[in-house]
Amino acid sequence: MRIALAGNPNSGKTTLFNVLTGSTAHVGNWPGVTVDRKEGVHKRGGEKISIIDLPGIYSLSPYSPEEVVARNFILEESPEAIINIVDATNIERNLYLTTQLLESDVPVVVALNMTDMAEKNNIRIDTKLLEKELGVPVVPISALLKQGLDKLMDAAVKAAGEKRKGVSVISEGKYADALSKIEEVAREEKLSHPKFKAVKLLEGDDKGIDVSDAAKAKIAEIKKGVRLPAEFEGDFEATVANERYDIVGGRYSKAVKRAKNSEKLTGSDKIDRILTSRLFGLPIFFVLMFLVFHVTFGEDLFFLSSLGLSEEGILSPGVWMLEQTGVFIDWISGFATAGLNAVSAPEWCHGLIVDGVLAGVGAVLSFMPQILLLFLFLSIMEDSGYMARAAFLMDRILRRFGLSGKAFMPLLMCFGCLVPAIMGSRTLENDRERKLMIMLAPFFSCGAKLPIWGMFAMALFPENADLLVFAIYMIGIITAVIAAIILKYTILRGEASPFIMELPPYHMPLIKNVVLNLWEKLKGYVYRAATIIAGATVVIWFLSNFSFSLDLVESASKESMLGFFGTHLQFLFEPLGWASGDIGWKAVVAALTGLIAKEMVVSTMGVLYDPGVEGDALEDETASSALALSIIAVFSPLAAISYMAFNLLSVPCMAAVATAHSELRSAKWTWTTIAFWIGTAWVVSFLIFQVGSLFGLGTEMVNPTPGQIEAAAQIAPAEPAPDAPVVAE
Amino acid sequence: MLKQWINDKSGFYMEKTLKDFKPGESGVVAKIGGAGQIRRRIFDMGITPNTEIVMRKVAPLGDPIEVTVRGYQLSLRKSEAELVVMKAGGDSK
Repeated sequence: MRIALAGNPNSGKTTLFNVLTGSTAHVGNWPGVTVDRKEGVHKRGGEKISIIDLPGIYSLSPYSPEEVVARNFILEESPEAIINIVDATNIERNLYLTTQLLESDVPVVVALNMTDMAEKNNIRIDTKLLEKELGVPVVPISALLKQGLDKLMDAAVKAAGEKRKGVSVISEGKYADALSKIEEVAREEKLSHPKFKAVKLLEGDDKGIDVSDAAKAKIAEIKKGVRLPAEFEGDFEATVANERYDIVGGRYSKAVKRAKNSEKLTGSDKIDRILTSRLFGLPIFFVLMFLVFHVTFGEDLFFLSSLGLSEEGILSPGVWMLEQTGVFIDWISGFATAGLNAVSAPEWCHGLIVDGVLAGVGAVLSFMPQILLLFLFLSIMEDSGYMARAAFLMDRILRRFGLSGKAFMPLLMCFGCLVPAIMGSRTLENDRERKLMIMLAPFFSCGAKLPIWGMFAMALFPENADLLVFAIYMIGIITAVIAAIILKYTILRGEASPFIMELPPYHMPLIKNVVLNLWEKLKGYVYRAATIIAGATVVIWFLSNFSFSLDLVESASKESMLGFFGTHLQFLFEPLGWASGDIGWKAVVAALTGLIAKEMVVSTMGVLYDPGVEGDALEDETASSALALSIIAVFSPLAAISYMAFNLLSVPCMAAVATAHSELRSAKWTWTTIAFWIGTAWVVSFLIFQVGSLFGLGTEMVNPTPGQIEAAAQIAPAEPAPDAPVVAE
Repeated sequence: MLKQWINDKSGFYMEKTLKDFKPGESGVVAKIGGAGQIRRRIFDMGITPNTEIVMRKVAPLGDPIEVTVRGYQLSLRKSEAELVVMKAGGDSK
């Protein structure tokens, strides 16, 4: 037996779904759209009932994908029954959707949620009278306190066993005559759910309704005979919507007694007064955002060390967990190495397992704690009702770039990690905005790119490191602004989606909802890590360690396949100022590995420019000074900025590409996005280098400072260097 | 044409829309302009002719606005509020 759960957003639908199905939920996707399809099993005695959670909607209009998905499911897949969850504190708007659900032939049971809250707000609902008015069972429940659930399921199972014919409130009003005539036509056409479709045809909405031309003509004739009040300007859709509210307001509100205008502010109103106030709204928002990032990415929690309150300072939970994951992964690699040595596995096998698979999966898993923390904050904000306020506060700024206020959170998360940010694009209302947000995402410099900026800052701009990093962030933001405007007028044209958004009352986030939400996200991420990302890492490992004759060569060297691509693609990057000359291919190869994961740029450069210094050794200050000397010898300051801009703006990493693909749901759009990223990166780097050269800015090679030479000289001379260091050139 | 011109210059003929409301002001909807998705969305959210609306506040950056309609809080942009034409003689509190 299949039962669908339908209702408004914020009506407690998710909570009800979670208590009914426990942890059996399975999240998928509705075909063709980026809307979650949640399905779970409710156990009732020995019986298993499948519960399908339809997306939260206010209406069954043909405009938003959520509404279309819900509508198609009800009409085409005919579940045995619908449980319509109605928020008792907001009954009028909730019953508006109910009137539409009742027009289908599917049995409906109304679950009246939050009656306790309604009573607190002096709203009394006569359930028996409401049941009589609606003509379907009404069961008062509290999803939060798990009350009335058995009764609800009893009623739903009973209703599922009975036949029901659709009823419409429109049949009670001024357009009853026209509706019954259209319904006749619908029956002649042998349409399923004739009442529902007749109302839609009256509205002039024929999405998914197949009728013959003769019937269309008949319907047009019927509608011609209907006179609409002047204020609707001949708009049947608006007229029908208005009729629904009129009848809901007039007839059903008999069952609802509301204490006359209690002017008392609720707790939620008081909180809202502060959180969205003219004066404090934005400062509070920015402090909260700062805290989220600080707790996730901060190296010195609450600045204890900088303030001199603690010698060492403590790591933020995010960084601490990142380090623990690193230790764990090292332990696994060590274990694997020992195991492989014990069975004396060949070198390539060792490389594949330890440097390929484990390194790849490890790189992905090591970000997981921070991604989870970001998601934790996000779902707390979502569940408490603050997210809607964040959108309310930020909408003004983002609208100029063709985005709504809801895009602010995902965009901000891009500075941390693109994977949760791109997954967060789901909260955006329309497809165009989602695509726009995803395409802009890499321009906001993520955490994994910081080591690149750090390396160049130390080598070429030791005096102005902070300024350089700031400049890079600004290049990204300015590019995003310009790109947003260009996209808005080219491939992502379209009407801005309406920003008519409910501001739900604040409430304490439910731990169960938050945990289940996190668990779903975690599963999605691990699945991706295990498949696409690990696969890509193995491929890149193969390309950088083997030549075309499949001989094992030095990693990322000129003889490797990657080196081959680097040398042959070099000419494409020469106009950008950092790929010319004999060793120009090295920068190309490093940038190519950066397309897989940005962490690889620095380590590849370490390998290519200064043999003997690689990987973790770069964290050692003196070791990275040696790399700095090589960089000084190869990059002019201008070329370095151009190179950084390229790394900033091009394909961020395979994890982000995989995530973007699963959100865009179209190979065409994924490739367009990849091309857009690489194209933007090329153009911006080109402009930086060419314009800079024109004015002679930063084109002179710099000389290493005495400090840098000294630091580099401290490297143990015992390190064997197969090639002469690049510095010598 | 002339009417439009006078309208733009002085607001003399202008029908009052929800956009012109000050925080705390309330009134009754006369009609809804616009078309398609936006218009339908306004109706779906319960802003229909003869509904009472209380203007609550303006966002710190001047847009969007927050109103109370049918007992709940709704935010909409000024460009959308402009489509909601209010009846004359709304009381100012």
